[in-house]
Amino acid sequence: MRILKLTIILATILSLGACREDQVVILSEKVPVAPPEIQGGLVGFYLLNEGNMGSNKCTLDFMNLQTGVYHRNIYGEANPDVPKELGDVGNDIAIYGNRLYAVINCSNKVEVMDKWTAKRIGQVDIPNCRYIRFDGDYAYVTSYAGPVLLTPNYDQIGYVAKVDTATLQVVARCEVGFQPDELEIVNGRIYVANSGGYMSPNYETTVSVIDLETFQEVKRIEVAVNLHHLSADSHGLLWVSSRGDYEYTPSSLYCIDLADEEVCGSVDVSVGNMCLSGDSLYIIADDYSYLQNDWRGAVYSIVDVVEQQVVCNNFIKDGTERDIKMPYGISVNPVNGDIYVTNATSFVDPGRVICYSKQGIKKWEVRAGDIPAHFAYLWKDEKTK
Amino acid sequence: MCAQTRRDSTRVINEVEVTGSRAEAVVEGQTLSGKQMEALRNHSVADAIRYFAGVQIKDYGGVGGLKTVNIRSMGSNHLGVFYDGIQLGNAQNGVVDLGKYSMDNLEEITLYNGQKSSIFQPAKDFGASGTLYLRSRRPLFMEDERDNVKFTARGGSFGLKNISGLWEHKWSKKVTSSLSAEFTDATGKYDFRYKRVNQKGEVMWDTTATRNNGDIQAERVEAYVQGNIDEGLWNVKAYFYNSERGIPGAIVNNVWKHSQRQWDRNFFVQSHSQKAWMKGRLESQFNIKYAWDKMRYLNPDTTLRYVDNTFNQHEVYVSSATHFVVFDDLETCRRKGKFDVGVSADYQWNGLDGVLQGASFVSRHTMLLAGAATYEIWRMKMLASVMGSFVRDHMTDKTDECTPSVFLSMTPIKGNKDLELWAFYKRIFRMPTFNDLYYTDMGNKYLKPEYTTQYDIGLSWKHDWNHAMLRHLELRTEGYFNQVDNKIVAVPKGNSQYRWMMMNLGYVEILGVELQMKTRWQFSRDWSLDFGGNYTYQKAQDFSDPEDNDPEAGTWGGQIAYIPWHSASAMGTLSWAIKGNMGMNLNYSFIYTGERYHTSSNILANYEQPWYTHDLSLRYAVSLKKVRLSATLEVNNVFDQQYDVILNYPMPGRNYKGIVSCEF
Repeated sequence: MRILKLTIILATILSLGACREDQVVILSEKVPVAPPEIQGGLVGFYLLNEGNMGSNKCTLDFMNLQTGVYHRNIYGEANPDVPKELGDVGNDIAIYGNRLYAVINCSNKVEVMDKWTAKRIGQVDIPNCRYIRFDGDYAYVTSYAGPVLLTPNYDQIGYVAKVDTATLQVVARCEVGFQPDELEIVNGRIYVANSGGYMSPNYETTVSVIDLETFQEVKRIEVAVNLHHLSADSHGLLWVSSRGDYEYTPSSLYCIDLADEEVCGSVDVSVGNMCLSGDSLYIIADDYSYLQNDWRGAVYSIVDVVEQQVVCNNFIKDGTERDIKMPYGISVNPVNGDIYVTNATSFVDPGRVICYSKQGIKKWEVRAGDIPAHFAYLWKDEKTK
Repeated sequence: MCAQTRRDSTRVINEVEVTGSRAEAVVEGQTLSGKQMEALRNHSVADAIRYFAGVQIKDYGGVGGLKTVNIRSMGSNHLGVFYDGIQLGNAQNGVVDLGKYSMDNLEEITLYNGQKSSIFQPAKDFGASGTLYLRSRRPLFMEDERDNVKFTARGGSFGLKNISGLWEHKWSKKVTSSLSAEFTDATGKYDFRYKRVNQKGEVMWDTTATRNNGDIQAERVEAYVQGNIDEGLWNVKAYFYNSERGIPGAIVNNVWKHSQRQWDRNFFVQSHSQKAWMKGRLESQFNIKYAWDKMRYLNPDTTLRYVDNTFNQHEVYVSSATHFVVFDDLETCRRKGKFDVGVSADYQWNGLDGVLQGASFVSRHTMLLAGAATYEIWRMKMLASVMGSFVRDHMTDKTDECTPSVFLSMTPIKGNKDLELWAFYKRIFRMPTFNDLYYTDMGNKYLKPEYTTQYDIGLSWKHDWNHAMLRHLELRTEGYFNQVDNKIVAVPKGNSQYRWMMMNLGYVEILGVELQMKTRWQFSRDWSLDFGGNYTYQKAQDFSDPEDNDPEAGTWGGQIAYIPWHSASAMGTLSWAIKGNMGMNLNYSFIYTGERYHTSSNILANYEQPWYTHDLSLRYAVSLKKVRLSATLEVNNVFDQQYDVILNYPMPGRNYKGIVSCEF
């Protein structure tokens, strides 16, 4: 009987000591990371953490540059009544007008929030959505999930959705190549980087050109395999990154002359992510080579878009790049030129954001959410930009 | 109840017939049989073995949902599962989905940590970090009977409809057979609820939805023939399983249903034979198996990448084992003791076709050689074994490894076998699976094997009383330290989370303590109680990346994903023999899984709450002449707890099952 009593006591301790409770909405965490600093009209930046597929752990952080405080995971606190929070796998973020738009890839939606409070306004349902850009009253969003072709592999055409920002409805679609990623709007045309990422090893190799007026694809520009990022400079060039095939072809960088819409050059540099600041294209990468069975090593380079070559092989000057396990996102502060690099670590554990001065000296570092990746700057007044 | 009595009375014969071997294990395993087995009869194998100490299950929810098992936090690839003596393989992903195996036709389940410390077994039995033996029911007949027939029908929550039948026949004094079949159909639908409150406890959101696409249709047919020969036995088994199921998927924001499907067809035929010579001093066994597994996976969801893959796996296995008693004076003067040596050799071929990187067909030859010796003297037994593994994959480097194990046990008190002490050391590895090596987008053909090293000490005390209310008490405690090195983990491959890659990066250390108790009480002639429980403490720390050592959120030293520090289970059966031919059993079982984190970074955002379920069932059995009838009513998760075992995979709340069975 003593045993029975002991068991009952043990069971009671177990059930009282560690009971299941109601799950509480996780509040944001405020971490002071830098001294307060007035940077013109710049208030701070939003950072979207992708979160792993199936984890539903896409989170939103905000760095207030004026106070120097980093606000980690603000969406839940701002929107405690939204079931299942922000969603699964964030892929892009942007501010347009008074709104903050977050493209949530595996939740098949664009989340629309107030840009000051991050309070939810609504959502645009777009399956397998990837990147967003704006023009006039419309948002343009790339999606992998177009019509299925009756090919043996059921290949699926991608499209660009035209979204009315007033009604948050998709008003038109324009089919492009397979698995379109980033897009850029210049001179009344939308340029779309087609990846063909689902079709390995038969990747796409083109940039689609859409006429904004008619919203029809008018041209394909042949570039390289598995295109990803796009960025137009102020000299009439469109910079395009290719992911390579992860095996024999490394990632690299190409430029398209927007006047004749033809490739006019390339730079031999690995590109994982990039950010244009003035005439400097900041590039990070950590490519895997199947042939060498190893990572090629991290890249922190600057390409000068006028000289069209690498002008700086390592913009981090104090050796702290050694602490970055997996460079993933990059952004350059438009006011003071600070460089923000994100470290995705193992992809399943929390990532980090590191701030470097323009001179490449580390200023601060803070823990973010899982896979920190995409930036959007918040200005006091859009005009002071 | 009545059926049970029949089986219990023949238990002794049964043991001999099934294991066939007189060479026992040096260290006993944990066993589920008899009343406990009967109480868990209507669960899957995965659900049943949760009641073993040191077992953690990853359950993705539902009738057809994936359930994988790991022992002592070493990862599910390290558990060897044996069905009627021969290992169930899955060269493709290394994981045997124990949710697929029905308890309907099983008689006993035994789990050994390290290995079954026996000398007379195939080399494969030495080749895992832990082994689980599933033993199906063997045909047994009363004196004047030639046939046994049993029908069972089950129904209940999740739209479950299940029927099974068994026919056992005695062809001659020496040859018997059994044929069994089972059909399952379920919609798999259940309601689940997610809820959040604010800091003040006010409900912020509270959502109930239906779990969809968890349906399953499955058929299983098994045939078995066994025979006795002079000083030996033989048996042949054929197994066929066919199923179609939905894969319910993760519940994330804006995605509440999925449409992925999977078709499985598993077939194997295997044979075991053994014979002894020289009055049992020399004994040999021979095993052979052929298995064909076909799996088709379809993702028709156009918001995701379209996938329609079919894989065919083939396995050929041949094994032979022999042991020889060099000397044995245990029955006589006990001066020299007993020395027994054994050797076993296995050959296995695995082939896989399907969509794999750079090859349409991959194959592997595995040659295993094991040598073992046991020595028994005074009150001590010891076993030492060495295993050589020689693996040849057609695309990768060869693997030649030699790994040891040592087991030691003793009964320290003279003339009393109640108290037993034991210890073991074992080092073994698992090969990278075909998916690890070759799977498109993920595979890495440069992978090396993943090693485990185990140190274990244990103590048990058991005693039987003939007249007291407490008839039997068994206490067992075990402490262990495991290391997993060269651990195969998926890491991102460059700047995209859609491209992953398997690497030998991990290192994990596991320190654990297990406590177990089993009791049997006889309150009166008609009332008895079997009650037992176990508790496991595990500290499983990730020491993979010394640089990720942020004291708050770093993974260095963090508890690995989904391993709780505390877990426990309890099970009781209250039996009432109403009359000679009538009986009732009330079963209660409880599972507790303590707080966990879903990654090695142990922060609030990764925190998973404890969960615990209480299950109840009531069984009534009656014997009418030769016909034995029983009816069971089950209520599982009685308090309707809403929980996830795996993040975003909601588990069912309270659910019911009714079972009727008839045997004659």
